[in-house]
Amino acid sequence: MTASEGVANPFLSVRKLNKLFGAFHALKDIDLDVARGEFVCFLGPSGCGKTTLLRAIAGLDPQNSGQITIGGRDVSNAPPSERDFGIVFQSYALFPNLTVAKNVGYGLVNRGRPRAEIAARVAELLALVGLPEQGEKFPGQLSGGQQQRVALARALATSPGLLLLDEPLSALDAKVRVRLRDQIRALQQQLGVTTIMVTHDQEEALAMADRIVVMNHGVIEQIGSPAEIYGAPKTPFVADFVGHMTFLDAVVAGPGRVRVGALEFLVAGDAGHPAGSSVRLAMRPETVRTRSIRDDEPNRFEARIGELAFLGSFCRATLEPTGSAGCRITAEFSANAIRDLAIAEGQVRAVSFPPESLRVFAGFPS
Amino acid sequence: MSEIAARMDAAARPPLAVRRPAIGERQVAGALILALCALLVLIIALPLWSLLSKSVQDVDGNFVGVANFVTYVTTPTLMASLFNSVFVATAATAITVPLAFLYAYALTRSRMKLKAVFTAAALLPVFAPSLLSGLALIYLFGNQGILKSWMMGAKLYGPVGIIGAEALYTFPHALLILTTALALSDGRLREAAEALGTSRTRIFRTITLPAARYGLISAVFVVFTLVITDFGIPKVIGGQYAVLATDAYRQVVGQQNFPMGAVVGIILLVPAIAAFLADRGSQKRQSAMLSARAVPYEPKPDARRDWGLFAYCLIVGGAIVATYGVAAWGSFVSYWPYNLSLTLKNYDFAEVEPSGWDGYWNSLKLSGLTAVIGAAVIFSGAYLIEKIKAFPKLRAFAHFLAMLPMAVPGLVLGLGYVFFFNASWNPLSVFYGTLTVLVVNCVAHFFTVAHITALTALKQIDGEFEAVSASLKVPFWTTFGRVTAPICMPAILDIAVYLFVNAMTTVSAVIFLYGADTKLASIAIVHMDEAGAVASAAAMATVIMATAIGVKVLHVALTALVFGRLQRWRRR
Repeated sequence: MTASEGVANPFLSVRKLNKLFGAFHALKDIDLDVARGEFVCFLGPSGCGKTTLLRAIAGLDPQNSGQITIGGRDVSNAPPSERDFGIVFQSYALFPNLTVAKNVGYGLVNRGRPRAEIAARVAELLALVGLPEQGEKFPGQLSGGQQQRVALARALATSPGLLLLDEPLSALDAKVRVRLRDQIRALQQQLGVTTIMVTHDQEEALAMADRIVVMNHGVIEQIGSPAEIYGAPKTPFVADFVGHMTFLDAVVAGPGRVRVGALEFLVAGDAGHPAGSSVRLAMRPETVRTRSIRDDEPNRFEARIGELAFLGSFCRATLEPTGSAGCRITAEFSANAIRDLAIAEGQVRAVSFPPESLRVFAGFPS
Repeated sequence: MSEIAARMDAAARPPLAVRRPAIGERQVAGALILALCALLVLIIALPLWSLLSKSVQDVDGNFVGVANFVTYVTTPTLMASLFNSVFVATAATAITVPLAFLYAYALTRSRMKLKAVFTAAALLPVFAPSLLSGLALIYLFGNQGILKSWMMGAKLYGPVGIIGAEALYTFPHALLILTTALALSDGRLREAAEALGTSRTRIFRTITLPAARYGLISAVFVVFTLVITDFGIPKVIGGQYAVLATDAYRQVVGQQNFPMGAVVGIILLVPAIAAFLADRGSQKRQSAMLSARAVPYEPKPDARRDWGLFAYCLIVGGAIVATYGVAAWGSFVSYWPYNLSLTLKNYDFAEVEPSGWDGYWNSLKLSGLTAVIGAAVIFSGAYLIEKIKAFPKLRAFAHFLAMLPMAVPGLVLGLGYVFFFNASWNPLSVFYGTLTVLVVNCVAHFFTVAHITALTALKQIDGEFEAVSASLKVPFWTTFGRVTAPICMPAILDIAVYLFVNAMTTVSAVIFLYGADTKLASIAIVHMDEAGAVASAAAMATVIMATAIGVKVLHVALTALVFGRLQRWRRR
């Protein structure tokens, strides 16, 4: 994976970054470029190093080795106060003994601006995050979502070149989270501020980011647009972590063909695995087709509907291909399909998975 | 967010110019942490080192190895005081801890009435010098005691008096530890046991006692250490019964035998360090026993249990208040017990003690300065240790030194100060006998508890304030002044009051350090008692107690003000 993938003139660039906590290697040779105005999400399970990387960029937990450049300036050894960023934390980190207005103006007071100018700027920022007229309240009097918007206003007050968001939505209720996520994205697009957000919530990352950096065990697994990450995962980890995925042990039968037990699947790309090698075939549950399937449709097979779990707008089913005992494939059928086709447990139906929706990964070393 | 479109220029303007500080934050932080380490080395490590090195020297300062220790164990009178000390400490512990446990049980596990009153009654000894309980027992059971007949001919002056007075004085210390231990319990365990039809004694044996186990261990060690290192009580009520603490005093002040004083100090250090380690170990395990999801136990009303415990607390709490009350009453009496008419003549201290009321004013000055300087230094130090991320090794070193005084009895620290600040080679010896060295000694003596209080308060506030400040280019000292210190104001007040009360009542460390102009009230008590003016000694102790209680009441009122008016943000 090359560092400068698609970024010609990066605003932020990270080179060969390593971070150790004692014997634990938290970041391993991280290379990353972020373009000016871009919204990038660091996505991964807890302990993958995403927050460590963010804090290294901020200078809060300096790296052991490697280089960080922000806006063309090498800040690898600069303390946080000499880097140009604003930051928002999961805990909000609002100063509880200062009013909302004083919190937002906290970074402005220190710059010796006239009081009237600061007040005007604070009012502007509060209006920007949708909290006008709340300046005289204390943080404790606001809801969690409102507090997080105050924290956002405070981070933006000094017009930083880089906005860092450390799981800003994780402490909020589900509904508030979705609303605030749209607001943050809209604000970011209109201000054009380069933004990095850390999250463990794939839905959040897919909905907000221009590009997603998927991390695991201190390395970057894949960098790409949400569509690339979801539709063309480069590693089994990404495939499994983002969205649902069924993995089946398979053997390459020939160019573009893999065999799973008695079934043979056409795949759009077999990633160059030689015939006869064992691979894993990955299929997304929602790519299943079952409406008006032609007899000559590729990857068509008969399957029994096993358990059918109702999940609101869709149902998740276990498919058991007839004639392939023990093979289980997870599929999702929309509520429409369930109703129109009267899909029920125990039925045997014809289904297919389009070749371009299937991915092939190397098999487990035996 | 429809306003956004109209406001989109608001945050997109060019960055404001940053006034870069002339000196980097990192350098300031480093300098401050270094200064903290240097201070702690000076006021804690070096005096202790002086004590240790003095114990392996002869009177002329030549290295003699363990010769002094050999002399100690081969001198029967010295060994006798060691056994005496262990005996009274064991006996007082055996009396105090069970009594305090049941009292703590009543306060935490019943629906008894007047809990606040009983708590206050039990805490009374904290506000008086330890020797006041000795004076009170003299009023009650001494040669002229009004209840002398209760002694049935036994002699008060000696082990009996020491054990009784120590039990009174250490009661609140044991109680505080045990109340905390009993309050930290998962109510669901008990409910589960009750749902299974477990008998009450089995619940006590299998749930209550194991949960409080570590608290009990802590309490035993703490009481034992308090007794074995206490100087005031054996001094006033011990008679000819020698213990380690009075030996140390006699060796250093009476015979100027510094090396032997140092040996006694090191012997006193052993139980204190054992107590310290036991306490730390048990605290770790105690907190591990309680998951974050534990539900506090809410006792249900039970008339027989509640009134039984009420009667118990009435007897024990009543006995404490009555004893201290008798001492206070005695200080107003003309001629105990023959003429009980009230008088103020015992408060005319100049009659029996050359320093008169000066001792009290000196104590007030000492306590005030210790409270203000100590709270400022200790809280700022704890902030540097907890919140600054740079220089981890130096911060760990400072924390270690800050935790050390907990394991050092006042008497031992006082000896260390004598050896260090009185040494002829030490340019700081000009401070010996001044108020400065007394304040420094009190701050050092009570450093650890205040340090832990500050750390606890600091740990409770958001860990990212410094990170946010750095991102906003605000130096950490601005955030310390505008945010951290105001938020922690209740804890800072707690620390100041703790330091004030302890500086006011302490005898053991300062007895070696006062000078002609800096005699303290608590020391004047010892001297007046030595001179046979028991009523004046009780009067001075009563003044100290009244002052300490007054400051505590003021603290409660001030805390209410801070929470209510000055810190409006605390209200939701």
